Amino acid sequence: MSEQGTAGGEQVTGAQSLIKSLEAAGAENIFGIPGGAILPAYDPLYDSKIRHILVRHEQGAGHAAQGYAVATGKVGVCMATSGPGATNLVTPIADAYMDSVPMVAVTGQVGASMIGTDAFQEADIRGITMPITKHNFLVTDASEIPRVVAEAFYLAATGRPGPVLVDVAKSALQAQTTYAWPTELNLPGYRPVTRPHSKQVREAARLILDSRRPVLYVGGGVIRARASKELLRLAELTGIPVVTTLMARGAFPDSHPQHLGMPGMHGTVAAVAGLQKSDLIICLGARFDDRVTGNLDSFAPGAKVIHADIDPAEIGKNRVTDVPIVGDAREVISDLTTVLQAEQDKGTTGDYEGWVKFLAGVKMQYPLGYDAPAEGLAPQYVIERLSAIAGPEAIYVAGVGQHQMWATHFVQYENPNTWINSGGLGTMGFAVPAAMGAKVGCPDTTVWAIDGDGCFQMTNQELATCTIEGIPIKVAVINNESLGMVRQWQTLFYEGRYSSTDLQSKRVPDFVKLAEAYGAVGLACDDPSDVDATINKAMEINDVPVVVDFRVERDAMVWPMVAAGTSNDEIKYARDLAPEFEEDDL
Amino acid sequence: MSTHTLSVLVENKPGVLARIAGLFSRRGFNIDSLAVGPTEHPEVSRMTIVVSVEKSPLEQVTKQLNKLVEVIKIVELDDRDSVERELLLIKVRADADTRGQVLDAVQLFRAKVVDVAPDAITIEVTGNTGKLKDFLAVLEPFGIRELVQSGMVAIGRGSRSITERTLRPVTVPVPAAHSIPG
Repeated sequence: MSEQGTAGGEQVTGAQSLIKSLEAAGAENIFGIPGGAILPAYDPLYDSKIRHILVRHEQGAGHAAQGYAVATGKVGVCMATSGPGATNLVTPIADAYMDSVPMVAVTGQVGASMIGTDAFQEADIRGITMPITKHNFLVTDASEIPRVVAEAFYLAATGRPGPVLVDVAKSALQAQTTYAWPTELNLPGYRPVTRPHSKQVREAARLILDSRRPVLYVGGGVIRARASKELLRLAELTGIPVVTTLMARGAFPDSHPQHLGMPGMHGTVAAVAGLQKSDLIICLGARFDDRVTGNLDSFAPGAKVIHADIDPAEIGKNRVTDVPIVGDAREVISDLTTVLQAEQDKGTTGDYEGWVKFLAGVKMQYPLGYDAPAEGLAPQYVIERLSAIAGPEAIYVAGVGQHQMWATHFVQYENPNTWINSGGLGTMGFAVPAAMGAKVGCPDTTVWAIDGDGCFQMTNQELATCTIEGIPIKVAVINNESLGMVRQWQTLFYEGRYSSTDLQSKRVPDFVKLAEAYGAVGLACDDPSDVDATINKAMEINDVPVVVDFRVERDAMVWPMVAAGTSNDEIKYARDLAPEFEEDDL
Repeated sequence: MSTHTLSVLVENKPGVLARIAGLFSRRGFNIDSLAVGPTEHPEVSRMTIVVSVEKSPLEQVTKQLNKLVEVIKIVELDDRDSVERELLLIKVRADADTRGQVLDAVQLFRAKVVDVAPDAITIEVTGNTGKLKDFLAVLEPFGIRELVQSGMVAIGRGSRSITERTLRPVTVPVPAAHSIPG
């Protein structure tokens, strides 16, 4: 297959070959936990220039690798042993697959002769992860290690990024082999298309100029392709309104007047209306996820669709496309801008005036907001103040649930890669380990995990890792002592029957003591007038992790909301309050 | 629903069949028939997969298959422009009274007797799905004791080959660092 360049190769063990290969691939940090089958690899790792960060649970290793990858744009690496070590990586791998995060997971496997015998700590992790990896490998021959590692990093980082698993049998790690880093890879079945077809781009430009109600529907592909600058140019050239999905928050500045906010189930009224009432959706690296479209049959009924994605399988998967464009988001946007600029130079521009005015009206009439409770602390207020104090240069990492939605709405994002969350899979417990990974990747940046009390209790053991390894993350626990999003659904759809959503986290555990037990600083706040001082105090601590227990009122709900499975036309601005659109303006 | 025949060229590596079968099941597509075997290139295997789907899910199947790193090429074969064959081995009850009639059917369908026992004969027959169905219908009244059928294999008519251009080497230089290009 690839050029092994065996002439002059170095005699090493498979384990040494693995670590040398990871070094050659550019890995700087590995999050992991050793165990029997991977143990040989940890011996050369001891002497390596790669920093190994010993986590407390393999799930933490996986999410940390994700956080590192999203914050830096580099491939995140995690490592675990066979069997339970590997299966504990399954959730982060699935998460990385859904959110297209470039990650390489290295796992030990039982010795080649033991495979298939139900040996101690044996699990068929390659079989288990087949549906949730971009690709995976089982290595039983030590000579294949360099090629496989090179391919794994290449596959993870190129095209539509994603997780790649490399499972290495212990016998291969122990074998003598020759190490030589390949100079070429031969992957006959892997040819990602990054250059868009010029004919398709011209056709898209024609639709854009002919439309009257266009909208730029921006997804995570724009973040992964690092296309924010190009997007800003395209948006400002054309004046077309922009919506950014959950995965794309930060791809376009929240302060920009053309920005309508996030669309979808908990989107802003303006962003939902912007898609729903448009006559042309220009989808850039998004995938018409059900959380964006609501009921698909009634989604944006009057819109034609330009769908640009690096993954051809996304195009036309959920919504019929009028102009498909396969390519890297940055190249697509650049080419589109070039064509539209040339048209503008000739005096041809689109006429979107009425549409822009209509949406500006909707945005003004239905801004994001919340009603502060008569008593107690509003969770939205906490997040608003956090954003104001920590600023748009900080990185914000969320778990999944109400706090996540508030963190998308009430943090003002101005820069790409400053918002890290679990979008597709919706993994509770993502925030603490992912924030740890982000902080390792960006040590000079303030990293705030905005977490729920439910999520925090799933993975907070990584605070130990943060303290010991010197990774001073900050955690804002939005403690409403409930599985809040589930509770919200119970309020709205199950007559307030709160079955198993009461966590009583204001009583147990004591988050301040928990933080202190882990060597972190623990703070608590339950009064709006103390919020700024508490955040400022947390901002001043940069040597150890900080956990702030924000004890918020429990009845706050996430609005706006489109109930699951219903049409986006059914959006509620607040409970029992549907927006009224003055469509005469259109 | 209509039936489509896909020829899928894959790298001859362990686990590739599991990848493809798993993809069909998790995306909710049914496989009517599947046959795998070597090609004229030892590093490439060829699968013939018959699926019953509408046109637009078929496009999804093809695109999802193409995303598998070890899938090199997919071609849909049109039954009018290709030769399709299945192999059937069938054990039919046949005693001294009925053997003659069974052998007549074997002759008519250009099938072949491969084993004889006092009260049964085993027949080998190849053909397209329609022919095999007809042959079975003829044999049914005698009593079918056992049958086994292969998946369909298919090849396009004419001189063009779907494999000839697939093996041109596609090499990429190993990136120096592990950042996302660009």
